[in-house]
Amino acid sequence: MRIKAKIMDRTATFLLTAIAVLIIGVLFALLGFLLTQGWHKLNFDFLTSPPSIAEAGGGIGPQLFNSFYLLVLTMLIALPIGLGAGIYMAEYAPDNRFTRFIRLSIEVLSSLPSIVIGLFGLLVFVTMTGWGYSILSGALALTVFNLPLLVRITEDALRNVPPSQKEASLALGISKWRTITSVLLPAALPGIITGTILASGRVFGEAAALLFTAGMTSPDLVFHDFSLNSPTSPLNPMRPAETLAVHIWKVNSEGLTPDARDVADGAAAILVIAVLAFNLGARWFGTWLYRKITSGTQR
Amino acid sequence: MTVNIQQAQDTVIKTSDLSVFYGQKQALNSVNMEIERHAVTAFIGPSGCGKSTFLRSLNRMNELIPNCRVTGSIQIDGIEVNSDAIPIEGLRQTVGMVFQRANPFFKSIFENIAFAPRFHGVKNKADLEELVEKSLRKAALWDEVKDRLHESALALSGGQQQRLCIARTIAMQPSILLLDEPASALDPISTMKIEELVVELKQEYTIVIVTHNLHQAARISDHTAFFLMGELIEKAPTSQLFTSPQDKRTEDYISGKFG
Ligand SMILES: Nc1ncnc2c1ncn2[C@@H]1O[C@H](COP(=O)(O)OP(=O)(O)OP(=O)(O)O)[C@@H](O)[C@H]1O
Ligand SMILES: [Mg+2]
Repeated sequence: MRIKAKIMDRTATFLLTAIAVLIIGVLFALLGFLLTQGWHKLNFDFLTSPPSIAEAGGGIGPQLFNSFYLLVLTMLIALPIGLGAGIYMAEYAPDNRFTRFIRLSIEVLSSLPSIVIGLFGLLVFVTMTGWGYSILSGALALTVFNLPLLVRITEDALRNVPPSQKEASLALGISKWRTITSVLLPAALPGIITGTILASGRVFGEAAALLFTAGMTSPDLVFHDFSLNSPTSPLNPMRPAETLAVHIWKVNSEGLTPDARDVADGAAAILVIAVLAFNLGARWFGTWLYRKITSGTQR
Repeated sequence: MTVNIQQAQDTVIKTSDLSVFYGQKQALNSVNMEIERHAVTAFIGPSGCGKSTFLRSLNRMNELIPNCRVTGSIQIDGIEVNSDAIPIEGLRQTVGMVFQRANPFFKSIFENIAFAPRFHGVKNKADLEELVEKSLRKAALWDEVKDRLHESALALSGGQQQRLCIARTIAMQPSILLLDEPASALDPISTMKIEELVVELKQEYTIVIVTHNLHQAARISDHTAFFLMGELIEKAPTSQLFTSPQDKRTEDYISGKFG
C-alpha cells in the first residue's frame, strides 16, 4: 500500500511537471518565433512612419499611436464605471435576486466573443449615433468588452481586504463611504492596479471588436496638429483609427505591398512586446505597491 | 480631571431586557446590567456565552452582522442607544472598541491615529500632532515609536500593534472603552503592559474588558460580571465575586469545575 502510494505520487509529479514544461515550451517557442520573425523590422523608421499603399518600406507609426490613444480613452471611460460598479457590488449590493441577476449579466457579458461586441458597437456606436468609424465608437466598444473584467477586478480586490480593516474603521465611528475610500480602496489598490494593467494588455491587443467600430483605416496623422476636430489631428476622437492589431489582420489578409508579410511580422513583434510589457509591468508594479502600502513608509 | 467618590460610583451604562438573536439562535437572554463610571468592569464566562455579543451591542457593531437582531434597551448616560435617532458615528466615537486581534490600518503609525480624529473634525495639523503624541503617551507607546511615526504600523510587534489600537481609540476622545480580550494573543510582558495601561486609563474612561483569564480579571477589575449561556448570572465587586459568589454556578466556574 505504502509503495503503491509512492509510485502514484511519483507518476503524478512527473506528469504535472511534464505538462508545465510543455506549456512553458509552447509559450517560449511562440514568443521566440514572433520576435525573431519581426526583429529586423524594429527600427525607429518603421515605428514612426506611416504605412504605404503599394510600394515597400511603409511603417506603423499611426497604428502604434492609435493603439495607445484608444487604450487611454477606453480606460478613461471604463475605469470610473468599473470602479463604481465594483464598489457597489462589493459593499452595497444586498444579496438578493436582483444582485444575482446583475452578477449573471456580468458573467455573460464577459464571455461574449469580441466579434459580437464589435457588431453591437457597429449597430449602436457607429450607426445609431451617426458617428461613423471613430476612435470614440471603438473606445465605447472596448469599454463594453472590458467592463465586466474591471468590475470583477475591483470587487475581488475589495473583498480580499481583511474584514478586520473595515471593522476597525467602522468601530472608530468612520462613515461607510469614508471607510471605503480611505481604508478599503488603498488596501485594495495593488490588486486593482495590477488587474487594470492586465486588462489594458487585453485592450491593446484587441482586433475583432474594433474592425467595425474604430475602423480599418487611419488618416495620415499630422503629429503637430492638436485640434480636437481636424480630421488629421491625432487627438480627434471622431476620426477612424486602425490599431496595431487590426493592421496586422488587414496587412496579412489584403496587403498589397511587396513587403506586407514583413510589415505584419514587425507589427506582431511590437504587439507581443507591448503585451508582455503590460503583464510583467503589472506584476512588478503590484508587488512593489503592496510592499509600499503594507510595510514601507507612507504619507 | 478630578473624580469625586459620588461620580465614581454612578452608572454610565444601563441595559434592560437586552436580548440578541443571530437568526433563530438567541445569544443573549434578557440581560439587565449597570456599569459604573470610571471603573474597570470585567466580563468572564465560558466560550460562546455571549460576552462579545454584549460588548458589540453597546456600540451597535452587531448591526454589521446580517440577521442579527437586538431587542431591549441600552442607555448610556440616560440616552437610548437602540434608537434610530442616535447618530451611529457619534455613538462609536463615544464608545470606543479594541478587538481581540490587533488590527492596525495599512497606514503609517501617525495616520493610524490621526485618521479618526480628522474624520471627527480635528483638521489643524498642529492639533493633530499633539493629539497623536498625547494618545501614544497614554497608551505607553510613545517612547517606542516616536522616531518612526511615519513608518508602517504593520512593522510593529503584536503587543505594540495592540497598544497602537488602544491609542487609536483613545485619540477619538471616547468616554467608554470596550476591550474584547485585548491581551489574549500576546506574550506575558505585553499582557502586563496592557494590564497596567487599563488600570491607568480608568482614571479617565469607563472600561469594560472581556477576559478568559480569571487572574487578570481579579488583578485589574473593580467589578466582575459572570455570563453563562447568554445570561448574566451575577455581577458584583470583583473581590466579592471571587471570594463569596452568590450563585452556585459562579462558584463552580471560578473554582475551575467547568469552562
Ligand atoms: N456572527 C455570528 N453569527 C451567528 N452566531 C454567532 C455570531 N457571533 C456569535 N454567535 C453565537 O452567539 C453566541 C455568543 O457568541 P459570543 O461571540 O458573544 O461569545 P463569547 O462569550 O464572546 O465567546 P468567546 O469567549 O469564545 O469569545 C455563540 O453561541 C456564537 O456561536
Ligand atoms: Mg468573544
